[in-house]
Amino acid sequence: MEKGKNFVFGVYDEETVLMSAVDQIRSKGVKIHEVYTPYPVHGLDNALGYKYSNLPIAGFLFGICGTITALTMMIWMMGFDWPMDIGGKPYIPLPAFIPITFELTVLFCALGMTGTFFVASNLNPWSTPDMFDPRTTDDKFVIAFDLASNKKDSAELSSILSESGASEISTKSIAN
Amino acid sequence: MAHHHNTSVNLDEKFVFSAEIKKKLFILIGAGVILTIIGILLAMSTEHSGHGASHHASEVTSTLVADAHGDHAHADVTSHGEEAHASHGEEHKPVWALRLIKNLWHNNIFFAGISILGVFFVAFNYVAWAGWSAGIKRVPSAFGNYLWVAAPLTVILFVVFGHDLFHWTHADLYVEGSDHYDELLVGKQAFLNVPGFIIRTVIYFASWIFCWSKLRSFAKNEDIDGDTKWWHKSVVTSAFFLIIFGITSSMCAWDWAMSMDPHFFSTMFGWYVFASWFVTALAFITLIVVILKENGYLGIINENHLHDLGKFIFAFSIFWTYIWFEQFLLIYYANIPEEVGYFVQRLKSDAYTPIFFLTLFLNFFFPFLVLMTRGSKRLGIMLKIVCVVVILGHWFDFYMMTTPPVLGQNGGLDGIFFFMELGLGMVFVGVFLFMVLTALAKLNLIAKNHPMIQESIHHDVF
Repeated sequence: MEKGKNFVFGVYDEETVLMSAVDQIRSKGVKIHEVYTPYPVHGLDNALGYKYSNLPIAGFLFGICGTITALTMMIWMMGFDWPMDIGGKPYIPLPAFIPITFELTVLFCALGMTGTFFVASNLNPWSTPDMFDPRTTDDKFVIAFDLASNKKDSAELSSILSESGASEISTKSIAN
Repeated sequence: MAHHHNTSVNLDEKFVFSAEIKKKLFILIGAGVILTIIGILLAMSTEHSGHGASHHASEVTSTLVADAHGDHAHADVTSHGEEAHASHGEEHKPVWALRLIKNLWHNNIFFAGISILGVFFVAFNYVAWAGWSAGIKRVPSAFGNYLWVAAPLTVILFVVFGHDLFHWTHADLYVEGSDHYDELLVGKQAFLNVPGFIIRTVIYFASWIFCWSKLRSFAKNEDIDGDTKWWHKSVVTSAFFLIIFGITSSMCAWDWAMSMDPHFFSTMFGWYVFASWFVTALAFITLIVVILKENGYLGIINENHLHDLGKFIFAFSIFWTYIWFEQFLLIYYANIPEEVGYFVQRLKSDAYTPIFFLTLFLNFFFPFLVLMTRGSKRLGIMLKIVCVVVILGHWFDFYMMTTPPVLGQNGGLDGIFFFMELGLGMVFVGVFLFMVLTALAKLNLIAKNHPMIQESIHHDVF
């Protein structure tokens, strides 16, 4: 066996075959590494048993950072560093700070969530996405098994894939 | 999959407006009437014991506003409460009567707005070709039925009590040389005059009822023959309605609410009133959908539809807060006397200031925090709690718009609070629901031949 991670994967031609294959494979207790599709397949995340994302929590934390940054910045600038009398308002006019606080909250939240999403889903600029079959960007679907996380061996997994309707089955090693 | 609903569900549901529900509504209305009468009696009794109080309060307003403006010429800008009415040589109405009239008007415009915003919901869903809402469309579409009550009531209240509610209706404001001559109002006379107000109000209601009746008759025909042409016609009528409503929704807000403070103007007022009405209408839609669902109706509606309704309430609560705050911020920044008076009156008062901030809590913090998570938007009980809070909150918002111009600085409250206000509110809720449920029982409860009804049945929000 080669070094790095070893995968067995099956190629599927139809979305409906893929969906029933996912149900069938999971019912046999086989762990699916990932499914690759040329377009978002409705209901696939439920079929794969994905838990609801924690991304909103990251968004909330980034948002709070934005709120604190905006308020600290403005209170320090307008209240302490360079106080200015604007239309007789107090040096720290909170109502006037609210729009900018809102903007920075949204900005931090949006940028932070986008960045977190890219890192979490392995889409960041320095990552090399796994590509099992280039046709998954066109009209084919792929279900991949990581040999290390399954007790069954390569031959057993291949037969499970072919039983579930895969049109082609092959193996691939990806260097760590 | 478990959450995919069965397509063999019965679409031929009809809502039955049973004698039991009617009885409940009549009890609600009856309790409201009794509370109102108790409120009136209490208000009358305290007024006799401490008559000077309200006049004193008006003087406080004058001083306060004059201070804020630094200009005594504007001293009576916002203080045309009882004092101003009394000085017009008319019969001096007691405070409790003004309070009753004010409450009628407050509830009248509040529920008129909810009613038309239900029609608005239907219209923009048609124009957007929205599929998810096809299953619940009949609920908001029934809201329009209350317009038959709102239209005559608005005109009658204005004709009978116009002088008590609208300072600008007094003729001597426009007579040069008279004590009450008001240059600012003379400048606005081309728009703010009695015939103009009545004509515009009639136009608003006529155009709304026209579009609503059209949409209802198309829906009825769709139920009968299932032809998709009724959907196409509904889209066209909805687009036409939205153009009309874009203009009339702002204009009716100027007429019915903003002109109560005739010196005050805010370019955001139309949106502000619209936002308040819209959130309330969404809350009523959601509440009725959840309750119908609990009683075994609307079989095709599931937590995915509730999720979207919850998102609507969440989003438009934030929208309301944005408008509410931006209107304040612009006025705070620019510091123009005619504009600032509106907030001076509401932020420097024992009666109003607590309510002013209460609306922010009920209409922003509460729905914002409670509906933030995905789970709560999909849970009927959470939605019901938020809907009731939000409806109450926006009712208070309209209270804040309409009360100070009529009742001056202390809101005519004099220590006893809200029997009359809540009682009349209950009466209006009862009448509103009566009209809505009557209309709801007339057509099929689910738009069974809507071309997008299958999309609605399979609606799935991750």
